[in-house]
Amino acid sequence: MLLLTLLAVASVLFSLLSGSVTLSLHDLLNAPFASEESLQLQIVREIRLPRTMAAFLVGGLLSLSGVIMQILLRNALADPFILGVSGGAAVGALTAIFLSSSVFWLYQSAFGGALLSILLVFALANAGKRWSVTRLLLTGVVVSSGWGALINLLLTTSSGNTVQSMLFWLMGDLSHSQASWHSWALLLAGLGGGLALSRALNVLVQGDQNAQTLGVKVEALRITLYLAASILTASAVVIAGSVGFVGLIVPHAIRMLGGRDHRYLIPSAVLLGGSFLVFADSLARTLLAPQQLPVGVVTALIGVPSFILILRNSAAQSS
Amino acid sequence: MTLLRTCNLDILVTQRKLIHQLELEIDSGTSWALLGRNGTGKTSLLHTLAKLKPAAAGEIFLKGDSLAELSGKSLARRIGLLFQQGLPVMPKTVSEAAMLGRYSHHQSLWRDDPEDITVVEDALRDFDLTHLSARSIQTLSGGEAQRLALAQLVAQAPSLYLLDEPSNHLDLAHQLRGLRRLKSKVTSQRAALMMASHDINLVSQICDHVLLLMGDGTYLAGPVDKILQEDNLSEAFECRIRRVESGEEAFFFPLA
Repeated sequence: MLLLTLLAVASVLFSLLSGSVTLSLHDLLNAPFASEESLQLQIVREIRLPRTMAAFLVGGLLSLSGVIMQILLRNALADPFILGVSGGAAVGALTAIFLSSSVFWLYQSAFGGALLSILLVFALANAGKRWSVTRLLLTGVVVSSGWGALINLLLTTSSGNTVQSMLFWLMGDLSHSQASWHSWALLLAGLGGGLALSRALNVLVQGDQNAQTLGVKVEALRITLYLAASILTASAVVIAGSVGFVGLIVPHAIRMLGGRDHRYLIPSAVLLGGSFLVFADSLARTLLAPQQLPVGVVTALIGVPSFILILRNSAAQSS
Repeated sequence: MTLLRTCNLDILVTQRKLIHQLELEIDSGTSWALLGRNGTGKTSLLHTLAKLKPAAAGEIFLKGDSLAELSGKSLARRIGLLFQQGLPVMPKTVSEAAMLGRYSHHQSLWRDDPEDITVVEDALRDFDLTHLSARSIQTLSGGEAQRLALAQLVAQAPSLYLLDEPSNHLDLAHQLRGLRRLKSKVTSQRAALMMASHDINLVSQICDHVLLLMGDGTYLAGPVDKILQEDNLSEAFECRIRRVESGEEAFFFPLA
């Protein structure tokens, strides 16, 4: 945990120092005490710092959501977007862009879309029968592809400028991101709630019936997890679009490092997820400078080989 | 003292009434065997008593409280259930898995209390698992995994232990020794147990009461000696069963 905290600090410093305008660590650390602010420091404070903070926030939110989704669906391949939360959020956001709404309404609309999606999936998966993981997963995937169709519809019926804003939204990009205080509050609430429920999560991993007889109120916990995961994902998607692979890879990485107990897994995932996305975004800004890559491209480039590695590893374990 | 009482309890599986108007009283300190052919509702009854599935009709009381009003941790401190299929195989160590049994007792969100640790260590020792406590449960044999499931249940320390075929996968020594230790734990805690089993010889050595399900809704309940008679068993299992007495003990053999 200490190591991960250091990693988080290091990633933030790395991000603040890397970019077209160079700055030494010494200058950066002395910045709060300097009487006059240099142009470099202004750039760091006005541009890099908010972006770095947004990257950390989004990484933390997505990793936490990924941990929850993987427990909820009892599926190692689950990520924050698997049940269509991001699709719902995207349709909400794109509709807001389509209607040229304000940023406030874009946030609300994306958030509402995500909530609508998770409730829709939950209701459909529950309809008439007992909840099952397979039913939920299938329903989520179907609803998700429905959102996909709506996204394409919105894209094809919009005009040039609007389409560009929409694409920015869909690709997962941090270049205009600002992390608002209520997103930070959500992350902290998610972290606190996750820690409070971590023992229950440890038990829930044992399966619903076993967890029930050990004293977990499975039904209520499941609904809580749904809502938590949807809200965390929604707020991440609102800030940065659907940044892939963070929510999938980071929980696995922590588990592979031995953190299966959710009392440690949850805070570790937030720290590692935040650091990972800060590093990835620094690379996205600097690899092909002055051209900027969407951060989703970088996380996928790192994520794909890591994921194959995890698959091979788990295949080797189960055989 | 009566720990559990059922009142006109009906158990229905796919519209078939397997148990009709069950009136059962389980006193603390007693051990019940639950016997019957395949598909006579043993598991369904255990799951109904553990509130995993609703009763078709009737009521269940735990020390005077209706089961319907209990849930979560307070229910888990009163009723624990060992599942027929054992524990799911997860990447956890043996002691971590046993500690999950303490979920309804933990005082702190973060720390495992000294009492929790002592209880888990005792439970692991009771089922000869101490030397395996740091092992991943993915590497356990079937019998070791079953002993772990028993240890988790003992760590849970409910007032009523429900066990669905606890002798599954256990070798002969652990069948008798493990279940005797379980029983002495139950007796010393003034708890009670009910175990579904197909091993009449084993339960006749462990249990003092029997609930024998006939499969047509009727049942026999009472002390071991009274229920475990040739005619009752032959009728219940639809096969001739011989009872042979040897000293204090009775043994049962099916006749082809």
